[in-house]
Amino acid sequence: MLRWAQAALSRRSLLLGGGAATIGAAAICSTKTAAQETHRYHAAAGAPEVAASGPSHQSAHGAMITVGSVDNERNGFHPTKMLTDWYTGIVTDLPDGRKLRTFEITAEDKEIEIAPGVLFPAWTYNGRVPGPALRATEGERLRIVFRNNGSHPHSMHFHGIHAARMDGVPGAGVIAPGDEFVYEFEARPFGCHLYHCHALPLARHIHKGMYGIFVIDPDPARHPENAEVAKSRLLGSPENAEWQEMAMVMNAFDTTFDGENEFYACNTIAHCYAKEPIKVEKSRPVRIYLVNITEFDPINSFHLHGNFFDYFDQGTTLTPTLRTVDLIMQCQAQRGILEFTFKEHEAGLYMFHAHQSEFAELGWMGMFDVVETLS
Amino acid sequence: MNENPRNFPPVSTVASSPRHLLWLVLPLIVLVAAVLWLLQTDPLRGFNDGAPPVENLTVERTVLDQDGLRLQVRAGGSEPMTIAQVQVDAAYWQFTQEPAGTISRGDTAWVVIPFPWVLGEAHKVTFVTNTGATFDHEIPVAVPTPKVSGSRLVSQALLGAFVGILPVAIGLLCYPALRGAGRSTMTFLLAMTVGLLAFLLVDTMIEALEFASQSAAVFQGSVMVVLISAVTFMALVAIGRRHGSPTGLALATYIAIGIGLHNFGEGLAIGAAFAAGSAGLGTFLVLGFTLHNITEGIGIAAPILKIRPKLGHFVGLTMLAGGPAVLGIWLGSLAVAPQWTAIALAIGAGAIAQVIVEVTALVGRSESARLDYARILSPAAFGGIAAGLAFMYVTAMLVKI
Repeated sequence: MLRWAQAALSRRSLLLGGGAATIGAAAICSTKTAAQETHRYHAAAGAPEVAASGPSHQSAHGAMITVGSVDNERNGFHPTKMLTDWYTGIVTDLPDGRKLRTFEITAEDKEIEIAPGVLFPAWTYNGRVPGPALRATEGERLRIVFRNNGSHPHSMHFHGIHAARMDGVPGAGVIAPGDEFVYEFEARPFGCHLYHCHALPLARHIHKGMYGIFVIDPDPARHPENAEVAKSRLLGSPENAEWQEMAMVMNAFDTTFDGENEFYACNTIAHCYAKEPIKVEKSRPVRIYLVNITEFDPINSFHLHGNFFDYFDQGTTLTPTLRTVDLIMQCQAQRGILEFTFKEHEAGLYMFHAHQSEFAELGWMGMFDVVETLS
Repeated sequence: MNENPRNFPPVSTVASSPRHLLWLVLPLIVLVAAVLWLLQTDPLRGFNDGAPPVENLTVERTVLDQDGLRLQVRAGGSEPMTIAQVQVDAAYWQFTQEPAGTISRGDTAWVVIPFPWVLGEAHKVTFVTNTGATFDHEIPVAVPTPKVSGSRLVSQALLGAFVGILPVAIGLLCYPALRGAGRSTMTFLLAMTVGLLAFLLVDTMIEALEFASQSAAVFQGSVMVVLISAVTFMALVAIGRRHGSPTGLALATYIAIGIGLHNFGEGLAIGAAFAAGSAGLGTFLVLGFTLHNITEGIGIAAPILKIRPKLGHFVGLTMLAGGPAVLGIWLGSLAVAPQWTAIALAIGAGAIAQVIVEVTALVGRSESARLDYARILSPAAFGGIAAGLAFMYVTAMLVKI
């Protein structure tokens, strides 16, 4: 008999809309107006004391943000340093005059803090998620020495051009715990790629954290028609030094293992660039190598506030595939290069985030802090 | 040969002595030693396979006001637990916890979220613990949690009187008409009381178990409900039979207490509905509810038809059976935790069971021992039970949606 009262909750339209000439109705009417009055504070972003106590850049998002901060020391990687931390390996000369670039990667199980106070039992490459940002130059011979110190079979599957036996799929480079495998292939085509574990079950190995960005810079000598652009992309060249380059991997974490993500981020830590905005010098152009490896959601996106950018889908062209856009979307494993400048802008905070509001509100939101000069 | 336990000789013929007490100390020493061994050597260490602890979080109270949301949570599960982040409608929000930090097993904490909730809409709060486990709490209709105020208490009391006190009073108004009842009519009426009480017993028990299932795991809801019902039943039977089986005014009083506890539970549910946003209870719901409860008044009147109670008795019985509905609405609207509602309903179920036994005994009682209990099996009694059940069932349909 009591159940009707509970059932009534789901039928509020009936109850609230109906003529409700009950004895209690008078009291209820008065509370409704009281509630509407109290909602004046909606205009302000969150409770005043929260906004006042937080850093100014957080006020843009008010109280809608994760609480606390992540112990980057304990994690062993820092999202801000990750932006520019390219792993270029060791370069030696081959007898035929070409370059041989050798990377060493170790798979290991590691509990990481993906949001303040939230620990995730990750599987990692070199102890970090995303794995090291590999960077090579078009035409080089690449040698990746892969050791599996994890508790499961793992591999490295590179998006690039290579032989079947170097594919990093079961039977071609998936190795058991304790084993070692050497992947060898030529660095091509140039562009912004990724690598990830292709052991089965695939989704589990990816969302546990086994992925990373893999950039192949164009060789200017091979692209005389766009040599200047190629030079600007070639790491170590004077033209490249002008650019402010960043590696960003859009990822997410399903902490309850129900096929839905609880945390979204760029470079793993929810809200990391909202709490520690990325310093950008306004006079120098910005280039972002962006990879989407979000598991369980078909697409992710990147939206920039107050500015537009040129986009190079997969980074395999030297002319933009999209010009003057402020939003791009990427399917899982899709990636590209974004180029833009704040030259004409006033200094300040410029937000960037996924334009799926849900992703942004669950952690994939950050800020560029545009300044005159970097100190 | 069948042995009668009463004829068993005592196990020992030796009288108790201080030496015998030693045999109580020894088992105690063994127990203490076993506990110390468990704590010191930690033999369970070998079972630790690295799996995260089993976590459990129950929201017991939800308060919505101009500062946002406040939720009282209780930690269950195998270990203390830590709330790391809080989502509202799939967005992370800043929150404060009082007291802060890890919540011990079985303890409660208040979580305060400065969330601008929207009047009349649904919100979902998700607690994310440090292991990444999530616990959802639904706010089906966001309305400000009622605050205690004079006018509100009065209007709630009026509603409580309408659904609790008025129907019992109407039922009791049938008293003069029923006074001329013959033997069979009496049997029918008392049996009908048994029927309606049986319905209330089943209904109250199911509701109690439902609330128990919403409460934190540490309370072991269903066992708690059954035990409390049993204890209430036995205690009331024991009290009621101090001077023989209750009849007349005493029995009517017990019926009124049983029905009153049931109405208290109903009041809690109505109050909870107010607190959770189901504001205007539809007119037909309130009317159906009132109709449903009229039978309760007739049931109370049945055992006192042969005596001549004073007017004050009628007023007292009405208040005893109907008044708790008012108390229930008051308490329920302040968002009480589900385990308290479950306990109130479990007590009600035990009280109703006691009254069923006593009224059944009254039906069976007769002048001649030869006829004892034969009347329980008479057509009038069966008809009465069926009528009581049917009336309650049919009128209950009016309040079901």
